[in-house]
Amino acid sequence: MASLLNNQRPPVFCPGCSHERITHILDQVFQKMGLNGDQIVIVSDIGCSGLFDTFFDTHALHGLHGRALTYAVGLKMAKPDLNVVVTMGDGGQGIGGAHLLAACRRNLDLTLLILNNFNFGMTGGQFSATTPQEAQIGSGFLNQLERPLDICQVARTAGAPYVTRCSAFRKDLVEEIQRAIEFEGFSVIDIWGVCPGRFTKKNRLTPKLIDEALSKLSPQEGVVSENVRKEYGRHYRELAADHKISTTPVKIEAKFNPPQPDRQEIILLGSAGQRIITAGEILCLAGLSAGLHATQKNEYNITVLRGLSISELILSPKKIDFSGIKQPSVIVALAQEGVDRRMDLFGNLDDDTMVLQINGVHIPPTRAFIHRVNLKTQGVKKSDWALACLAILAKLKRVISLEMLQAALEIKFREKTLEVSLKIVSDVKIERQVD
Amino acid sequence: MSLSLLEGNEAIARGAVAAGCRFFAGYPITPATTIYNSMLNLLPPLGGIVLQGEDEIASIAFCLGASMAGMKVMTATSGPGISLFSEHISFAVGSEIPIVIVDVQRLGPSTGSATRGADGDINFLRWSNSGGLPVIVLAPVDVDDCFTLTMQAFNLAEKLRCPVLIASNKEIGMTRESIDLDALEKPEIIDRMPPPAGQHYLPFQVAVGQSVPYFLPIGGNVPVRQTSSTHGQNGYITTDHEEIAITLDRLQTKLESAIDQFSFYEFIKSQKAETLIITYGVTARAAKAAYEEIKEQTNPASVLILKTLWPVPESIIRQTAQSYKRVLVVEMNLGQYVREINRILPDMHIDFLGQMNGRLITPRQIMEKIANG
Repeated sequence: MASLLNNQRPPVFCPGCSHERITHILDQVFQKMGLNGDQIVIVSDIGCSGLFDTFFDTHALHGLHGRALTYAVGLKMAKPDLNVVVTMGDGGQGIGGAHLLAACRRNLDLTLLILNNFNFGMTGGQFSATTPQEAQIGSGFLNQLERPLDICQVARTAGAPYVTRCSAFRKDLVEEIQRAIEFEGFSVIDIWGVCPGRFTKKNRLTPKLIDEALSKLSPQEGVVSENVRKEYGRHYRELAADHKISTTPVKIEAKFNPPQPDRQEIILLGSAGQRIITAGEILCLAGLSAGLHATQKNEYNITVLRGLSISELILSPKKIDFSGIKQPSVIVALAQEGVDRRMDLFGNLDDDTMVLQINGVHIPPTRAFIHRVNLKTQGVKKSDWALACLAILAKLKRVISLEMLQAALEIKFREKTLEVSLKIVSDVKIERQVD
Repeated sequence: MSLSLLEGNEAIARGAVAAGCRFFAGYPITPATTIYNSMLNLLPPLGGIVLQGEDEIASIAFCLGASMAGMKVMTATSGPGISLFSEHISFAVGSEIPIVIVDVQRLGPSTGSATRGADGDINFLRWSNSGGLPVIVLAPVDVDDCFTLTMQAFNLAEKLRCPVLIASNKEIGMTRESIDLDALEKPEIIDRMPPPAGQHYLPFQVAVGQSVPYFLPIGGNVPVRQTSSTHGQNGYITTDHEEIAITLDRLQTKLESAIDQFSFYEFIKSQKAETLIITYGVTARAAKAAYEEIKEQTNPASVLILKTLWPVPESIIRQTAQSYKRVLVVEMNLGQYVREINRILPDMHIDFLGQMNGRLITPRQIMEKIANG
């Protein structure tokens, strides 16, 4: 195969820079693999390693510092047959650390070449995540304070199934990079090189010294057997093929007449575990079954199993503009947490508003009409109180009718759940408690 | 007529799918998470892809990669995530990568209140890219808009090769609402334009009389270059100041000169009104309610609801406002878009009503402001 080097744009690295050597090696890899330019994308980011994509006649995507792996994910998922080669420096590895960890865990078929030259060459030789503590670098003493990162140990621990640490001067680097590209899964090669423009101005680093340093570390050479597993893209497509839970929204025809013809505002003031949001949805569905428009606006704490749960509902024959509560028709006081959050509601009410109060829930003084029920003595479980209150409203022909409520339950629930819900609705008594 | 009950967020997801979106990547964040949940239900059965990134930076970057591979892509987040999107919004602007970005706004600043609404990101969305080039921002009012404006957003992203941002709000996104899906006015679907056959392809070359480069995907038969750096027509870094100036000017004018083609708005006219309310987003609903209540009274108001916020639809605003004595800008923040109205209508009397406390601005507040100034 012909070289894929861009003959219009020869490498522009400093004389003696390892990056230039790796550029030619990568071209040999592509030639050996018999790849055309349209079968490869080189994804790069910022720094001297970010120049790589410009030297090749391949697809290329050059982006922000440390993010090369992230663009590569989108490209590879969209084009599974594309050979995706990512180049990053030790700088990009540092700033994009989270992306490296995620790539190792994900095991998408990308090849990451880390061109590790132990400093930020382009910006003045500042220290990177791999700079030795004893090195003289462009950021004063700061590198003495931070321990350099062992990229390969991190990659292994994070789950990369192919990890190699080697010198840019390694004799079989062509074969090694080819093995990494041909490996089906995420492969990382941490390639140690020389930065003559910055690092070796004040620090001695030669191919021999690199070899000596590498020999003191545990060798990292290719396949990490304990991490070998299904490649992410392949696995994704397998699982996605079985993921068939798409639903089309239920379309509800108007079948009934609502008991009141005008806009009705209902507030359910409850607590977590009372299925307030579900009850609100059922009330809306009941409204839809009578051709009414509906909105449901909920309030609950981030800790979903504790604290207040409030649902504000509007049913209206017209399209609903303001989705907040202006003048509630019904307030259902189901739990103290909910009532306490909306104390300010009660002062301005008149007897057009009905408060459906569960026995034991305290409400502030109000001129609203109060209908108090004791669901405990009726044997209704606390988690069914909200539904039972909807049934009471329906039986009182307030906001919804019984047939609207039953229709809503038939839309929302199936089989056993439907049966149980319908029974709660039929059993509940509207009896008003008096002191 | 039959009605369905949908959350605004789910309507956005369904609108995206209807527009041809087949790639979504996101990171969980209240109040935007249900867009991600909905996409996870909708896309895999269609052969689409849904990913959860390790953070918001990765999520939007996955989308940029997939978009450059030719897919229609979307991501969604809220305030803290839109902050992290910033570097990639810049990339999408400068390198003309189609993407739809949804910001389901919550009360800020910073982590703010996860379950309280606000329209506090309106200026941030416009100005969050380094370089300050224009972006398109659309603002839905209700569940219908969530569906149809999302389709429009995709069309604009494809046609103009740019990011399109949707400024939703917790109060729209997480509110369930009745919707007549059969009655929605859905736009024709637009796809990005490939170059004419047989033409030598340069990724940022623009044909005579056009303002948007043709698109070929990374991974296709012709090698394609993409770069976040200042580039020439060939996609390589350039230092030619004339070429740079031409490109950046084009990025500005391709959106600003086309604004009349995508100025979405609704105008509700009251014949005797001396006051024009200008508003957007969920607050428009309170303004509509106020309009209804006072339309027969001595001091009614008309309402201009902007659904395209950026670029500012200046001609619509000027034309509509000219027959009024007074403009009242109402927005769910402490005064952001009102700056644009002040700029566009320097000779008009402009009042402002804003609020940032996690609660909706009510029709009553608007009526009081109209009555009392």
